[in-house]
Parts: sequence; C-alpha cells; structure tokens
Amino acid sequence: MDKFNFVRAQTLAEAAAAFSKGSDARYLAGGQTLLPVMKQRLAAPSDIISLARVAGLTGVSVSSVLVTVGAMTRHADVAANADIKAVLPALSILAGGIGDPHVRNRGTIGGSLANNDPAADYPAAVLGLGARIVTDERTIDADDFFQGLFATALLPGELITRVEFPAPQRAGYVKFPHPASRYALVGVMVSQGAGGVRVAVTGAGACVFRVPQMELALAKNFAPGAIADATVAEGDLTSDRAGSAEYRAHLIGVLAKRAVALALNGHRS
Amino acid sequence: MTELALIVNGKAARGACAPNVLLSGFLRETLGLTGTHVGCDTSQCGACTVIVDGRSVKSCTMLALEADGARVTTIEGVANADGTLHPVQEAFRTHHALQCGFCTPGMVMASMALLERVPDPTDAQVRHGLEGNLCRCTGYQNIVDAVLASAKALKAGRNG
Repeated sequence: MDKFNFVRAQTLAEAAAAFSKGSDARYLAGGQTLLPVMKQRLAAPSDIISLARVAGLTGVSVSSVLVTVGAMTRHADVAANADIKAVLPALSILAGGIGDPHVRNRGTIGGSLANNDPAADYPAAVLGLGARIVTDERTIDADDFFQGLFATALLPGELITRVEFPAPQRAGYVKFPHPASRYALVGVMVSQGAGGVRVAVTGAGACVFRVPQMELALAKNFAPGAIADATVAEGDLTSDRAGSAEYRAHLIGVLAKRAVALALNGHRS
Repeated sequence: MTELALIVNGKAARGACAPNVLLSGFLRETLGLTGTHVGCDTSQCGACTVIVDGRSVKSCTMLALEADGARVTTIEGVANADGTLHPVQEAFRTHHALQCGFCTPGMVMASMALLERVPDPTDAQVRHGLEGNLCRCTGYQNIVDAVLASAKALKAGRNG
C-alpha cells in the first residue's frame, strides 16, 4: 500500500474539510473494499479520512413505515437487528449474506453504496425497495443514485449519512453467490409496497438495474408464475469466467421467482 | 509515524506506525505476535482473523490506526495462563482439525467469535460461520467436528 495522510474525523464538518484539503482524498468507512483496492495499488489516495469516530452515523431505527440505517452501521448489525427482522426480513437476509462474518463485522452500508460495486448486495436492496439515500447535503432517490459501473450521484466529498427504506408490504431477496468471493453472481430483490412493485437485479450487469417487465407482471399478479415469461435479454449482461450472459439472464428469471415466493411467505424458508 | 495505544490479550500495548500499516503487520512486526498469520493478504483466507472489541475481523483488512483504543485478542491470548489449552484449541487437537496448521490461528479465532454469537450451533451454522476462513488441507469436516465439540465443552464448562 502506498503512503497516505491519515485523518481521524470527529464530525461531518471535519471530515468534509479534510476531504477538500486533500489532493485525492477518500473517506474510510469499513475499508473492506477500499483497503484491498489500495493494497493492489488500484487506488493510492493522498488522504484517508476515517469516519469511525464521527458521531451520529451508526445505528438503526425502525417504525412500521420506515427502516433507517446509519451509513456506518456494520452489515452484522443490520443482519442481527430484531426490529429489521420483523419489519423487513429481506434486508436482514441480504446483510447477513454479504461476504463472510469478518467482513460483515467491518463493512458498512454507506461504504458499500458509495462504492457501488456491480456485484454488491446493498444496491439491490436500495433500488429494489425504493430507498432514499441521505447525504450531508441532500436526499437522493434510489432511482437517481446508481449511475453505472462504480458510479453514483455522489459529488466529490459528499458523504452518505443514512439510508431510509420504506417498509414494504412484502419483499424477498435471493442471490446466487460467486463460489469464492460470495459476491452476487446474480442477486434479485423483489418488493411490493406503497410505491408499487419493484424488481432490482445486482451482479448481472455493470450496475444494479430494475426489470420493468417483471414489475408490470407482478403488479397485476404478485406470484412466481406471473413472471414465468418475463425474461431478461442477455444483451448487456456480464459475461465472465463465473457465468455467461446467457447463464445470468436465466438466473435472473429463476431467482426472481424464488424472491417472489420468499416475499409471499415472509422469508420463512 | 503515529502513536497508538490498545489492549492486546489483556495487556496495554503502545506503539507507533505509519498510517499504511495494517493491524496484521502491527501485531506481527511491532508487537512480535507472529501467531496471527498472513495467508492471502487479500481478505479472502481469514488466517489473520483476530478479535477486535468482541468481533472477529480480518486484521489484514484493517488499518492499525483504526484499532487505536480497541481491545484485541490474538491466538497468543487464547490459552489459559497456566498453558493449558482453551476448549476450542483442545477440540481442534482432539479432532485432528489441522494438518499444516497455517490457517489454525484464524480458524480458532473465528470459531471463538462464532460460539460467542451462537453458543449451540448446528453443523450448517458452523459452516456458514467459518465461511471467511479457508483451509487447504483438512476438507473442513474435522474443523466442523471440532467446533461442534467445543460448543459442547464450553456449555459443560458453563454449567459445571
């Protein structure tokens, strides 16, 4: 890892000030992606600004209509939260399937979203549940946040502070994990709630995306059989050693049906 | 160099390191605790697993400076003061849960963290709990057996 200047921010203002001072500064949340990337020298930031001691970024609050997760909340804490399990079990399942136990003890929701890895799980939760991403400057709708391969609507120095998930009537998440990395080869989040039906797919393309034809079919009839014919074209999907675009397109259909079934039974299987 | 102070295996430890030093490097090179192994150095293998403030982490994927003020337990802090083995270590020995032994420090730390969270795990919970730790020798079966056995031993210890 190359050398860098280390700043331990205590407040959001301090973090933002340190960011603007660095020539190529990066915020450090859980470090489960940033540190490996720096070790490979794919990134060599001038300044690392640790968010570990910034107050107010950690924790979960749950009401019957909203699940709010602080940006620095670790995956393990989302997975173990009893209120989330009750109101939004699909989110518990998703968080509990990220990486491995040690990664979940360090990795954070804010870090995962800001990074927007094409195979990460949290983007599917945010897009598939129609969440809002709150930053130190504004609130960004899920549909506007994800903009491409590792690209988001965040401006330089803008910092996610929390994520607000509207509690759906029902939701289900299933992923087919890459056998080594546990990232999603394909992951599908399906939800039905006040905002209608949403289907979001991660792992299959350059960026998380929705599947309108499945959403339309499920809005008419929320059942696995309703999307039997709503296939996704392999056109822009990822093809790599782990699976061809054709394979991923097929998996989307299979997993979406399973996610609908799980949504219907409250993720009890 | 930046100063940091932490508690390692129950004892106060101080040191100074550059910001780009990882916790694994600080433990091994500054503190001389070489029981924490660096296997892959890419966050995959879990040989470097230690417990920081009660949670298992991959010490190769955490800056040493992020552990400032933390309580860290490494494999050196697991056995009893009189040298007798911790029930998890004992079970690894009894069940032949290691061959070359390189992954074992991380396996033991991960198992301890798992049993703290899930004191009476099923076979599947053990396998899920050890997903972050790779062993290239054993095929895992004996490791799973050892963790299940140590859960029983720890339970008996608590009740006895």
